[in-house]
Amino acid sequence: MKFVSLVWCNLRRKKLRTWLTILSVFVAFVLFGLLCALKEAFTAGVAVAGADRLIARHKVSLIMLLPESYSRRMRQIPGVDSAVHFTWFNGIYQDDARNFFASMPISDPEEFLKIFPEYVLPESARKEWMATRTGAIVGRSLAGRFGWKVGDQVPLKSPIWPRKGGGAWEFKIVGIYEGAKRATDTSGFYFRYDYFDEARMRGEGEVGWYAIRVADPDQAERVASALDAEFVNSPFETKTEPEGAFAQGFAQQIGDIGTMLIAILSAVFFTILLVAGNTMAQAVRERTEELGLLKAVGFTNGLVLVLVLAESTLIAMAGGLTGLGAAWLITAGGSPMPSVLPVFYLPPHLLLVGLGMIFGLGLIAGLLPALDAMRLRIAVALRRQA
Amino acid sequence: MISWLNQILSVTLFSLRTIPERKGSAFSAAIGIAGVVAVLVGVLSIAEGFRAAMSVPPNQHVAIVLRSGADSEMTSGLSREETRLIGLAPGIHEGPNGPMASSELFVMINLPKKSTGTDANVPMRGVEKEAAAVRGDLRVIQGRMFESGRSEIIVGAGAARAFSGLDVGQTLRVGANEWKVVGIFSGGGGAAESEIWTDAAVLQPAYNREDSFQSVYARLETEGAFQKFKDALSTNPQLKVRTLLQSDFLAEQSSILTGFIETIGMSIAGLMALGALFGALNTMYTVVASRSREIATLRALGFGASPVVISVLFESLLIALLGGSIGAAAAYGAFDGFQAATINWQSFSQIAFAFAVTPKLLVMAIVWAAVIGIIGGLFPALRAARLPVAIALRET
Repeated sequence: MKFVSLVWCNLRRKKLRTWLTILSVFVAFVLFGLLCALKEAFTAGVAVAGADRLIARHKVSLIMLLPESYSRRMRQIPGVDSAVHFTWFNGIYQDDARNFFASMPISDPEEFLKIFPEYVLPESARKEWMATRTGAIVGRSLAGRFGWKVGDQVPLKSPIWPRKGGGAWEFKIVGIYEGAKRATDTSGFYFRYDYFDEARMRGEGEVGWYAIRVADPDQAERVASALDAEFVNSPFETKTEPEGAFAQGFAQQIGDIGTMLIAILSAVFFTILLVAGNTMAQAVRERTEELGLLKAVGFTNGLVLVLVLAESTLIAMAGGLTGLGAAWLITAGGSPMPSVLPVFYLPPHLLLVGLGMIFGLGLIAGLLPALDAMRLRIAVALRRQA
Repeated sequence: MISWLNQILSVTLFSLRTIPERKGSAFSAAIGIAGVVAVLVGVLSIAEGFRAAMSVPPNQHVAIVLRSGADSEMTSGLSREETRLIGLAPGIHEGPNGPMASSELFVMINLPKKSTGTDANVPMRGVEKEAAAVRGDLRVIQGRMFESGRSEIIVGAGAARAFSGLDVGQTLRVGANEWKVVGIFSGGGGAAESEIWTDAAVLQPAYNREDSFQSVYARLETEGAFQKFKDALSTNPQLKVRTLLQSDFLAEQSSILTGFIETIGMSIAGLMALGALFGALNTMYTVVASRSREIATLRALGFGASPVVISVLFESLLIALLGGSIGAAAAYGAFDGFQAATINWQSFSQIAFAFAVTPKLLVMAIVWAAVIGIIGGLFPALRAARLPVAIALRET
């Protein structure tokens, strides 16, 4: 401990350089944090996919509709516990295309909440929803985006589904659901199919896709094949796959762009680290003679090594920890573009990876010059100064 | 004045000659700046490429008509009677076979993307005879045009590159239907190259669409004819439609994605520029510190403060420009023409496009590098000029 002041003095010797180095490390780790949040956002659906859930859609494309009557036939297939269907509604709030979010009628509130336990809704709201035909539930982040409260009347327009008699669809917000996990998307708007089906101008009895809960997750693949076999050779053939695979396919539609952005960000991160690391190493290399002097007055090789490493690790930590903290604060503020990235947060396990990289940076930047200094013969070092 | 310029010249040349002595730190600052520039150009080239893929040739005056309230072709719907009325409106270019208008159907099919192997939403368009003439610049570059009334398709060049199973001669099975790929086309404006085209009359029954369409594309007589065309449609009591120029429609369709990429690109590049700026400042401060005795000697010999400031600034600018050029060249080599496909959320369909490193981006890259270089050099340069000569001379 008594050498702390020595490390401190070394750090203060060129204050400006120390500060600038800390700041570049800071920037690098802010970027790292944002990169992690972005990567998580692209794959969020995969992370929360339920192992016991299947998604069945029209074989040709997700935009093709399926008959509503499939619910009953699906439930009769062995291994199927329950099924709920969704239809893409494309609701627009206040006639502004930017006020766009995922809105869908769902066949049965009770079954919906059973199949998706990660949507946490208070019991009173659930009862209210069962009793209110025009009732809708919204996710916490969506409610925050528009300042909606329970009890609000929300009119939405749908370019796909005009209402009989024209005009906007009226909904009453009966509850705000929370996500059971941080990766749970709470930007959704769900309402009742009976209201939707009765009031839509056309397409009666047609629905978008089904989510099916299987009794035994180990049997999911078998049940998926049985479901597709049930509807084969009908005008509405299905493609059923585990929710994880479905979400993955969906995420990969972004494809090359996501990969590209992440590759570019990684390149940035390492470039900054390289430059900062080089400066840190430079700061030690300049003092080789001094380190020789320390050894001359009796410092052991190991102690010199520790002193140098402590210095570089301190710089890395000062910049890195504040950088990660700043990234955490930024992501805690929510998604910068909720319509493209509904889920945006910094997952804790990646924070740990960040911590690892901070120490890695400190050690690597300090190690090479420190090893040089350690191996230096005292006589040579002292003569160099002269 | 002349002697002042002389001073600047000799001090600057002198400091440039000594750069090799500190090539390590100069090099690391240049690399930092090269990184910033490469990233900035790389990310923005995605947005540029996407925008280029979603644009129409400047002399192509095409109007698109959707159902009123529809924000994309996907959410639109028009009956046969409505499309007939639209085709009769004034302002449409009169071709050899009557008004140049095509009623079209827009659906999705799932095809595996070559790069990931997973299913993607590929747009499929049913068109009428006039469709190619309406667009003007559509060319079949391989194979032939589909024949009307048959289950034949032609594939946009971008789609053929990005998705599997779309080579000429292959057969595509979609639901109960089989489609034969008979040609590859290019041009057509907008996202056409990402699409698969067939005869609307064949696509309608295949997708249970009865006799309905989703949009009408019409070639206008002149650019000025648009208002006449639009007014005629909006005053027709039998129609409730939304009429817009194809260029405006495409800009609207790509706004979210380009906005997203540009936001990310700019904020990343901004952060990165900050990082590189710290690197440049560090380098130049080190340079000034290591040369303080030299600078003091020059000052003692009678060189003024401003030539010293300018020489330091110049060195920093040179390093930055070197880094900027390396970065711009690297970005050009790595990104220009890179083929990609991504989903456009607003049309819910895949768009194939090529990254485009445009001259505008390269100029911007160099400007960013220069700004970083000047700011990075300015403070150290001022410090150099303020060095007290006597103390600096005594420094070891």
